[in-house]
Amino acid sequence: MITAERKPLDELLAMLEGKDKVLVAGCDTCVAVCLTGGEKEAEILASELRIKAKADGRSVQIEHTSAIRQCEWEYLDMIAGKVAEFPVVLSMACGIGIQSMAEKFADTYVLPAVNTNMLGMPQEHAVWLERCGACGDCVLADTGGICPVVRCSKSLMNGPCGGSHAGLCEVTGPNKEEIPCAWALIYDKLMAQGRQEKLMEITPPKDWSKSSSGGPRKMVREEAKPV
Amino acid sequence: MKSGSNLEKIFEAGKFAVTAECGPPKSADGNVIVDKAKLLSGVVDAANITDNQTAVVRLCSMVSAHLAADNGLEPIMQMTCRDRNRLAMQADILGAAALGIKNILCLTGDHGCFGNHPQAKGVFDLDSIQLIRMYKNMRDEKIFDCGEEISVAPQLYIGCAENPFADPFEFRALRLQKKVNAGVDFIQTQCIFNIPKFKKWMEEVRALGLHKEVRIMAGLTPLKGAGMAKYMKNFVPGMDVPDAIVERMAAVEKGEPQQAEGKKIAVEMIKELAEVEGVAGVHIMAVEWEIAVPEIVAAAGLSPRPAVA
Repeated sequence: MITAERKPLDELLAMLEGKDKVLVAGCDTCVAVCLTGGEKEAEILASELRIKAKADGRSVQIEHTSAIRQCEWEYLDMIAGKVAEFPVVLSMACGIGIQSMAEKFADTYVLPAVNTNMLGMPQEHAVWLERCGACGDCVLADTGGICPVVRCSKSLMNGPCGGSHAGLCEVTGPNKEEIPCAWALIYDKLMAQGRQEKLMEITPPKDWSKSSSGGPRKMVREEAKPV
Repeated sequence: MKSGSNLEKIFEAGKFAVTAECGPPKSADGNVIVDKAKLLSGVVDAANITDNQTAVVRLCSMVSAHLAADNGLEPIMQMTCRDRNRLAMQADILGAAALGIKNILCLTGDHGCFGNHPQAKGVFDLDSIQLIRMYKNMRDEKIFDCGEEISVAPQLYIGCAENPFADPFEFRALRLQKKVNAGVDFIQTQCIFNIPKFKKWMEEVRALGLHKEVRIMAGLTPLKGAGMAKYMKNFVPGMDVPDAIVERMAAVEKGEPQQAEGKKIAVEMIKELAEVEGVAGVHIMAVEWEIAVPEIVAAAGLSPRPAVA
């Protein structure tokens, strides 16, 4: 799923300066699962903003709503009436949802309440790990189901580099947390599968034009288009 | 001859090669390189010109390599995949070749998080193995990575690094095999402190016959003090410093005596490494201590450097 983290309150307050009528809009799909921007989190954020305004002696109208998915027109239709009551929407959806809102409600000032960070999965309760870089040219068949594009800090296609130590990457996360070396994992997996020869193949340079280097991507399924 | 570089000639003549490292300054002061080049000229066969080493911005490796060559020191220009995409890496090698630079060292590069611009976008369009192959194809097949022909191909002696102390240990010699398959001509290892482990790796390298296909230079770093030994042991990624070495450094007085001990250890190690079958040379990485190199090379009995035609 797509994961996101809420922006710090101070950043949101700076964005909302001078705006006294705000609708906080949650999204009940990906960002709800990662406990960042679902209806419940939208409700909490709306109250936080009201409490802050009250403490500052400002009179505001801050309410919340939520869409099943902010990234689809039909679900946005379902909250269109509510959105129309507010000049400003603080969207808690991922970057896709925020942009869909901004496009659909052209006269509304749509602001982001979250930072979208990755395509990840919950490894354990309340812990999400990046798993896909949406590179447009999947290599998982050759790497034992472990993605070197996003799980190797250097996106090596012929790893591991000299910084792999005891199964860990030389890079540590923002909170100094250990990162497993993707190529150590790939090595173990391919050896366990008896595919040593795969490790000896030189993977040629990747075609990044299928990724964001090729410009904004567009997918069309002709067979699925209405006749 | 692939490039006709002095380093290549030394190897072709069957001589034991000696290289050092020459780090460009964090400024526009080219005289730093000029001075280091004069210091190392004639002392070593060639010297690595580092490329934004440890992801810290420095005077660029191509210009530094050119200044070194102008001052009598044959450069081994380092090229990292961290800071350039395939267009820039091909353009730079054409430029370097046009300037007469012949030795190139292909590196993936330290991750940007270790440097002074951790917010920078890491490029990593290619990895070091893909880079080796691209340069080999430019030289031998006279083609760019896209397949288009090059009218005047760069004549290169292609090197890379390998860390025998990284994990998984069982794959390290095989990974060197991949680099050989990609077309590398010489390799320099990560600094060796753990000689028994290095010898074990070399056994695997010899079992694969790689020492006959590629020139292997044993890397070493003279220790300037016990503090440095401890720091390298504990904080430098991929480094394997045995306690015995740290203790030996700490057993002598700080300052001058520890420096002397560090040089002594380096000389002993060079002599021991030179005896290892398949080791074709030594690469001395005296980090910001280039001044120690002439003394170490001489004490190891490797001066003067042979002249090769």
